Amino acid sequence: MAFLDRHKVLEKNATLLLAASFVVVTVGGIVEIAPLFYLENTIEKVEGMRPYSPLELTGREIYIREGCYVCHSQMIRPMRDEVERYGHYSLAAESMYDHPFQWGSKRTGPDLARVGGRYSDEWLVAHLTDPQSVVPESVMPPYGYLTQRLIEPTYIEDLLSTHAMVGVPYTEEMIASASADFMVQIDPFGDFDGLLERYPNAQVRNFDGQPGVSEMDAMVAYLQMLGTLVDFSTFTPDASR
Amino acid sequence: MSKKQDNKKQDEVETTGHSWDGIEEFNNPLPKWWVWCLYATIVWAILYTIAYPAWPMIKGATPGLLGYSTRAEVAEDIAAVDAANAELIAKLAAVDLTTITDDAELHGFAVNGGGAIFRANCSQCHGSGAAGTTGFPNLLDDDWLWGGTIEDIVYTVTHGVRNEQSLDSRYSEMTAFDEILTDEEITGVVNHVLAISGQDHDPAAAELGATVFYDNCAACHGDAGEGMDALGAPTLTDAIWLYGGDEATITETVRYARFGVMPAWSAEYRVGSGLDQAEINAVAAYVHQLGGGE
Repeated sequence: MAFLDRHKVLEKNATLLLAASFVVVTVGGIVEIAPLFYLENTIEKVEGMRPYSPLELTGREIYIREGCYVCHSQMIRPMRDEVERYGHYSLAAESMYDHPFQWGSKRTGPDLARVGGRYSDEWLVAHLTDPQSVVPESVMPPYGYLTQRLIEPTYIEDLLSTHAMVGVPYTEEMIASASADFMVQIDPFGDFDGLLERYPNAQVRNFDGQPGVSEMDAMVAYLQMLGTLVDFSTFTPDASR
Repeated sequence: MSKKQDNKKQDEVETTGHSWDGIEEFNNPLPKWWVWCLYATIVWAILYTIAYPAWPMIKGATPGLLGYSTRAEVAEDIAAVDAANAELIAKLAAVDLTTITDDAELHGFAVNGGGAIFRANCSQCHGSGAAGTTGFPNLLDDDWLWGGTIEDIVYTVTHGVRNEQSLDSRYSEMTAFDEILTDEEITGVVNHVLAISGQDHDPAAAELGATVFYDNCAACHGDAGEGMDALGAPTLTDAIWLYGGDEATITETVRYARFGVMPAWSAEYRVGSGLDQAEINAVAAYVHQLGGGE
């Protein structure tokens, strides 16, 4: 046990102790984190995922700003009760354009990973404006001011560029037409062919029913697409995970 | 501890040799049980990584000797419950719903299962007690927009109302009369509706409104305002109102129309999170027995 008795050297030398601690933590990191970047089964390929449209991405920013993640998770865990209630369990690929991801860790409200298409726009607006008007037993606070706050796509190119910087495949074309795409997504009479080409299955309509692009429009556009992108008719779960 | 014991320890136990201001540190070993617990956890960890998926390799992690998979476990859990109810589920998916009440066991299964489906998917709009709220229909009464037979309910749940998910969704669209009728005509038709629903109204305006109603509204709402299930046109003669029956709300409805929607719930239109036929039948049976089923 002569080697083990040498711990006195580490204990008496703070710099050496720091260096040795770092080595130990690094080993842990290499084993636990590094494989996630190269293992083929970390993120399985699925059909249908695309980056968020400018309006949806803005809605997502508002979702984060308002702290929705504090009470709502976006992660359907692979357990029977969750799958029966919320739908197919979440896949890693469904969060691949999320920076940061919104999995959350607490559910005061229900999981929102597949809330898209579940309720009408009118319901979402009514519920965000006054949650108790449609769900009397709800403890959610009201967010009616989102309807009054009109927004301009002033910084939308920057927002998309930032996401592109961390790996979201926004093309230069997408960034260049971000402002136009932002405005046209609430205009069902506008020229939204380009938007649909860049963001397949994007939903175009006036989400809050009011003129102008409000924060409510962005929020509802985001909520209405959550969990709707992956085409589960072509998805076969790989049993090895 | 008494002083005597301390003295005894000092004699028996070595010190670490550390000394600071004359204070020395005993070199007591850890208790044996504690050390053995530590060794046991290390052995457990090694066995665990062999039994379960753990070590990262070049292409994937080691699968583990037990072949455990979270996904397989969920699939098994769901299959086990489905298998336990397989007979009832198959019967429920194929049953002629008009006779479902004859089979008490099947009806009980449908109503209980349907209740759970209702609470998870429908209660947000229609209310956890199904009483609805402004703009979202009450399902407890016998007033139905699109028909209240159990088969009508199945159709509505399957395809929804005025949505783009199902091409067969129930569809109709009220005209917004704001720019079609004059203010006088709108006031008249509102008073006519107040009259046929037995509320206070201006008789002179209502008389004018009767003609306007006959020309513009009767095609869907019926000559007497009795409504039409095939078009989702509500009855206007009773005291049940989806958006409100006061003068101001009726005026708003006439001017700008209403367009209530409901998602299509069939798994055909919601792959991954929709309802299958047995589940649709169950929730229809649940709603039908709430009180208003026709």
